[in-house]
Amino acid sequence: MISAAEALKDFQKITPKNIPLVEPFSKGHRACQGCGEVLALRLVAKAVGMDMIAVSATGCMEIISSPYPQTAWEVPWIHVAFENAAAVASGVEASRKALIRKGRIKDDGAKVVAFAGDGGTADIGIQALSGALERGHDFTYVCLDNEAYMNTGIQRSSSTPYGAMTTTSPPGPKSRGQMTWKKNMPMIAAAHNIPYVATASPAWHIDLMNKVKKAVTVPGPAYVHIYSPCPTGWRCGPEVSIETARKVVQSRVFPLYEVIDGRFVLSRDIKKPIPVKEYLDTQRRFRHLGEKDIAYIQKRVDDDWARLLSLVQATNPVAAE
Amino acid sequence: MADEGMTPWKDLALGCAMSEPGSSRRFNTGDWRSRRRPITDREKCIKCGLCWIICPDMAYTPDPEAEGYYKWDGYYCKGCGICIEECPKDAISWQEEKEEDKYGPACGS
Amino acid sequence: MGRRVGLEVSLACAEAVKLCNADVIAAYPITPQTHIVEHLAELVAEGHLDAEFVPVESEHSAMSACVGSAAAGARTFTSTSSQGLALMHEILFITSSLRLPIVMAVANRSLSAPISIWNDHSDIMAERDIGWVQTFAENGQEVLDLMIHAFKVGEDPRVNLPVAVNMDGFILTHVIEPMVMPDQAEVDAYLPPYKPSQWLNPAQPISLGMVGVPEVYTEAKKANLVALEDSYPAIVEHWEGFAKAFGRSYQPIESHRTDGADTLFVTMGSLGETCMSAVDQMREDGRSVGQVRIRLWRPFPVDDFLAAIKGAKNLIVLDRALCPGILAGPVATELRALLYAKGVRPFVANFVAGLGGRDVTRTDFVAMLDKAEQAAADGQEITCQMVGVKE
Repeated sequence: MISAAEALKDFQKITPKNIPLVEPFSKGHRACQGCGEVLALRLVAKAVGMDMIAVSATGCMEIISSPYPQTAWEVPWIHVAFENAAAVASGVEASRKALIRKGRIKDDGAKVVAFAGDGGTADIGIQALSGALERGHDFTYVCLDNEAYMNTGIQRSSSTPYGAMTTTSPPGPKSRGQMTWKKNMPMIAAAHNIPYVATASPAWHIDLMNKVKKAVTVPGPAYVHIYSPCPTGWRCGPEVSIETARKVVQSRVFPLYEVIDGRFVLSRDIKKPIPVKEYLDTQRRFRHLGEKDIAYIQKRVDDDWARLLSLVQATNPVAAE
Repeated sequence: MADEGMTPWKDLALGCAMSEPGSSRRFNTGDWRSRRRPITDREKCIKCGLCWIICPDMAYTPDPEAEGYYKWDGYYCKGCGICIEECPKDAISWQEEKEEDKYGPACGS
Repeated sequence: MGRRVGLEVSLACAEAVKLCNADVIAAYPITPQTHIVEHLAELVAEGHLDAEFVPVESEHSAMSACVGSAAAGARTFTSTSSQGLALMHEILFITSSLRLPIVMAVANRSLSAPISIWNDHSDIMAERDIGWVQTFAENGQEVLDLMIHAFKVGEDPRVNLPVAVNMDGFILTHVIEPMVMPDQAEVDAYLPPYKPSQWLNPAQPISLGMVGVPEVYTEAKKANLVALEDSYPAIVEHWEGFAKAFGRSYQPIESHRTDGADTLFVTMGSLGETCMSAVDQMREDGRSVGQVRIRLWRPFPVDDFLAAIKGAKNLIVLDRALCPGILAGPVATELRALLYAKGVRPFVANFVAGLGGRDVTRTDFVAMLDKAEQAAADGQEITCQMVGVKE
């Protein structure tokens, strides 16, 4: 199998001038007003194109796109259960591989893409995901991370950020809200030594689409983790979805980067970050936090950023000189 | 009729599959809007297409009658206001809307 | 017409999958299923079977990968046992509801706790309602034959359902038996390549697994229910076709010396052979006894069963699993309900035997007949009576 870098040698970038017009994910879906997750999904679909075979985990994007008889999918799509999108995708991939090899279907170049939320990825689906990544199936896994179980009514997941109020991490005299630090899923994916891992935000739609296009271009498994604002669950106005998705990057809370064949590449070097408080203030899920909490979050965000930079340096020896 | 929109079990496709791609296009999400709609001032518009690409509901599409501009479709716009918030030239603003004017051009036909 | 071989039954099961030219095998190891998937991995590695072998990280993912594979149009196989089957539970219902003709060999084994790797039917009896076609084999030849039949039935456009072939763990899977191995050409003639009526085809997109809103859920379930009921004629027809092609015939319910018998044993799986031998002995001893074996468990062949037990005064229903809280094993519970509904009223004695690998001998069958006849004469109930339990 060729490396991701080789596969991307002649990569044709998406630019503001050649944004794909196709919409493999259709209008008339039932996502909430201002849903950043469905926007991310739409952008992924545009980047992959009409030759996608989509696999969805149970979750917001599955229910809003498929209340019978209305499907928002213009491409072949299957939903099986909550925890197994990666396993189902691996079966689809294996099936196509066998049938193409045996001459029973033609190689139409279709891309297998699995979608799941943060719960379906970092919690209940992590085993199936790890297995599918480790086995090396040629597929792309997209985690649409809205940082809690929104479909069931805003319960905390392991991807919920520290301090956030959810219905199962309510703040009170004995709680600051979510008491644990957000699980670092992209790093867990990268630890599988797969060809391509990336993080993305819908506030940088061109960057997002290019990363998805790269993910489906490289042979073998690819993982794209997309920050997906949820106005309903985050207690913010529907119009500020994109602003939130911008500030989370500008504050270094959610850094944008790629891991190509194990090499870490910063997509945006945030030289002058905004304070994390400015990001937290966009959402009422954080409004109970006091100065000490915010200072703690700021410190950990700074530490995480420094660690990411050290990984960039360590894996790019030339740039480090 | 009480069973309006229901399908007899014998008429369901194998495995309750749907063989018409994108059938959600017939579903009107425009009536989720409440009392206001976004309106673009084409004098200010620089045809950047941001409203089109960042709309979660695909309410904007390239306008076939005006090169470079994007037309809004009230059949799908849920009224989130992202386009208004993000337009780099503040060319989109809210306009009061009566219930009977809500749906805009019908689509999906 | 095939060749005579002596083969471990697990290997015969794998050879059947090879003869059926499966495209994808996704499986996770669990005793006593392991020899089946090990041999398949070997057949793929050696190039004898052109298939993708997906060594998944759990049985849940095994069945999930099988769903993806079958939905994308491949002939798909998996195999499991016990805890593995239980871990698949959630996906088993989805498989039949999405109408995907996956074939699964279940090497029947007890469920924990206490953990036991040995044979009984508690794994499959917990999965009675999954909507799959389910058959039971009694010996190695039957395993081989029922596997080939399973693909034929599942993929029949009138059926489009997954099929589970049950074989007793160790008692069948790990013994070497003589059997006739069919030729590839014979199997090819019987089982043409799989042509799915719909699949995840980019040229003709479908959405599969949509939300069952209240306006459609009931209809979707009705369609599933009828699909399993309606698979019956195809199952029988393909056994008839099998008999023509391979010379071995199978029926949904099989009878052994039922003619004029007052009492009939009702068995499933490998216990049936011990029972047959015991019945033969008892007949020689002048006892009025016979046996019916349930080969097709789902859809349950009601009319065949009623015809098979016609005239019998007593039934002795053997269960190899428990239904805690209702004081009858699963098979007895179902048969009593069925007989009641049909107005047929034999005396039904229910024994639970062979749990977790406990041997059931010919002597045990004689004792069961003694007890049942006595209880019938006394008007006493026998239900969920555990054979050989140490008090």
